[in-house]
Amino acid sequence: MPFIKKPRTLKPLGAVSIGTGERAVKIGGGNTLPLYFFDAKLSNPPAVGVELTDTAWDAAELPLLAKAYEGAATLAERVACAANMKGVDFVCLRLEGADPGGDNLSVEECVKLAQEAAAACTKPLCIAGCRSEEKDVELFKALAAALQGQNVLFLSAKEEDYKTIGAATVLAYGHKVAGESSVDINLAKQLNVLMTQLGIPKESIVMNLGGAAVGYGFEYVSSTMDRVKAAALEQDDAMLQMPVITQVATETWAVKESMASQADMPEWGDLEQRGIQMETVTAAACLASGSDAVILRHPVAVDKIAALVAALI
Amino acid sequence: MALKGLDIFKLTPKTNCKECNQPTCMAFAMKVASGAIALTDCPHMSAAALDKFASATEPPMKTIDIGAGECAYKLGGETVLLRHDKTLVNSNLYGICISADMPDAAIEAALTEMTKIDYERIGKRMYVECVYVKCNSDAVRSAEVAVKAVASGRVPVLDCADPDIAKSVLGAIKEAKPVLCGANAANWEAMNAVAKAADAVLGVSGADLNELHDTVEKLEAAGNKKLILDVGSVSIKDAFANAVEIRRAALKDGDRTFGYPSIVNLAALAPGDLVTQAALASIFTLRYGSIILMERIGYAEALPLFGLRQNIYTDPQKPMRVTPGLYPIGGANENSVCCLTVDFALSYFIVSGEIERSRVPVNLLIPDAGGYSVLTAWAAGKLSASSIAKFIQEFEIDTKIKNHTLILPGKVAVLKGDLEAKLPDWKIVVGPNEAIQLVKFLSTIN
Ligand code: SF4
Repeated sequence: MPFIKKPRTLKPLGAVSIGTGERAVKIGGGNTLPLYFFDAKLSNPPAVGVELTDTAWDAAELPLLAKAYEGAATLAERVACAANMKGVDFVCLRLEGADPGGDNLSVEECVKLAQEAAAACTKPLCIAGCRSEEKDVELFKALAAALQGQNVLFLSAKEEDYKTIGAATVLAYGHKVAGESSVDINLAKQLNVLMTQLGIPKESIVMNLGGAAVGYGFEYVSSTMDRVKAAALEQDDAMLQMPVITQVATETWAVKESMASQADMPEWGDLEQRGIQMETVTAAACLASGSDAVILRHPVAVDKIAALVAALI
Repeated sequence: MALKGLDIFKLTPKTNCKECNQPTCMAFAMKVASGAIALTDCPHMSAAALDKFASATEPPMKTIDIGAGECAYKLGGETVLLRHDKTLVNSNLYGICISADMPDAAIEAALTEMTKIDYERIGKRMYVECVYVKCNSDAVRSAEVAVKAVASGRVPVLDCADPDIAKSVLGAIKEAKPVLCGANAANWEAMNAVAKAADAVLGVSGADLNELHDTVEKLEAAGNKKLILDVGSVSIKDAFANAVEIRRAALKDGDRTFGYPSIVNLAALAPGDLVTQAALASIFTLRYGSIILMERIGYAEALPLFGLRQNIYTDPQKPMRVTPGLYPIGGANENSVCCLTVDFALSYFIVSGEIERSRVPVNLLIPDAGGYSVLTAWAAGKLSASSIAKFIQEFEIDTKIKNHTLILPGKVAVLKGDLEAKLPDWKIVVGPNEAIQLVKFLSTIN
């Protein structure tokens, strides 16, 4: 007897568009379970973003990463390199310099940097803060005004600050915002409910469900995403149908597999190769679990993940 | 899948002879359906009826044993598609590929690189379990390479579609209980005979899912239910689709023909590209690969993949725990400060990671806190001033560590007073609420 393939048609989810004109990119809007592109004609594939910070990477042991930014002296030049990297759909600028515990750049300085970056960026832009709650709120308010009309995605608003950030970015200037929750389907849903009650349209919200590097509690990430996607696609839960974006790089480049030098761990071998594989394996696992967009750092990971998504379509 | 009483009744002789101590065959059938008595309590069941019953009550996916001795593993036996639905039971295996066409030096190099990967992670040994051996038309050479694979102490997975060569290679290594891949629509009969004679699990492939389904049905009809299904190497898209369709058919749609573990050869899907192979291995670890083969596996590949697998194959009801004890980090010694967290593996990983990042040597103390996170453990009474004091005493931290500074998680700052009373010769410091703030915190403490 032959195999009987069952039809599995699901309603496409809403997508969130970032950037403008021909350069705009849609995030989300899938009509299959994650990567099950053989189930139906695909409505929109997952997107791959590359992140950089306002300060250059410490690439002492990462020659391939350094090469990708070779000759780029200013932030604008580095953003241009990032945007032109093979496989990149959008660029994520992390304003680490704003951190009050670090360089503590003023809001004005950050606005200037972000404007330079935006001018040089040929792909849609996503802006992440410095993870200091008070500073990020101030920063996002000023940046939303300065980047008016560019349809930027801001990462991220949390339950504590969604009102201010949501109002300043989406309601005042029509940008997009990611709601960040910590690896819990109920918290994710609650934040979406709160944000929509504030008047933020569904089409302007993406979900940052939180992340982990593989090996570091990734089962929570993957099971949360499995459940979110099942709720969105199979149970038609409108408050979980927003696209999922995952900051893979910030997780994977902070674990010892991607940080311990070869001198410290000789048997582990080349540091850059380890970092690339840690990032690639985590990104692939996120995509298989339900990320509609992954943010990566290393050009090799970006290229390979983008090519893999293309191969699966 | 449970059979209904009426279905079981149809299997009985319907003579109401009462030898089963039940008034009627119908009453008997009802009791069997409820699980109160066994079908074998009726002495008059035909062999055909027993068979039918056995296959109807079989689990949706078979559990297949491969390998022997210390390298014996179970594959398959899953009942759910996603771990949160219940739990996944038998973790996938990873393997590397060698071939009879490779020169000896290259084979040695591949096996040596593989055997170097051998470490412990949360109480489990991490290593590559399988070696895939692609045979060629030279039976003697093929057997020689297969013997090398066995000598490496891993389960050999042979790839050979020629029944005669397969027979002679199996003859050399059959004690290892290998997997024999290579059965297809054309050779299944002969391959089946070879595999059965050597008691090897048979790997089946097909040009597409229809052909594969057909061949598996024929093999089952011939009495072989020790099978592994090859998801194919037509393309990445095709292989992934097949892996999902096969598992989904078995677990969701009750298609028992596809109720077998799978094998995925990534070396054939992305030759020469170890990064793409690693990405694919990740996807197949989550979605239905049982034996996942790569060209090579070095530490760069093993560290993320083994970590991922260990995460995914944990029971969602039982969080992973680390063994309580004293964990010196960053070259910590008796003069380094102590930092305390709980035995919930995730807490341990995050805290130890941040300590490493801080580059400050710290003695990490892990008491038995029931495997809960800090706040939950505290709320459940598993992390208290007395449990911490007891831990310090039991593990002789007092004498092992001279620096009596103990950093407490910020979330249980309330324990400080009690703890100072219980550990008078210790300086109790309240640390940050979140692990992410540890780097900054530790930079100020020294
Ligand atoms: S022993 Fe078998 S045949 Fe006889 S009554 Fe019981 S079920 Fe019926």
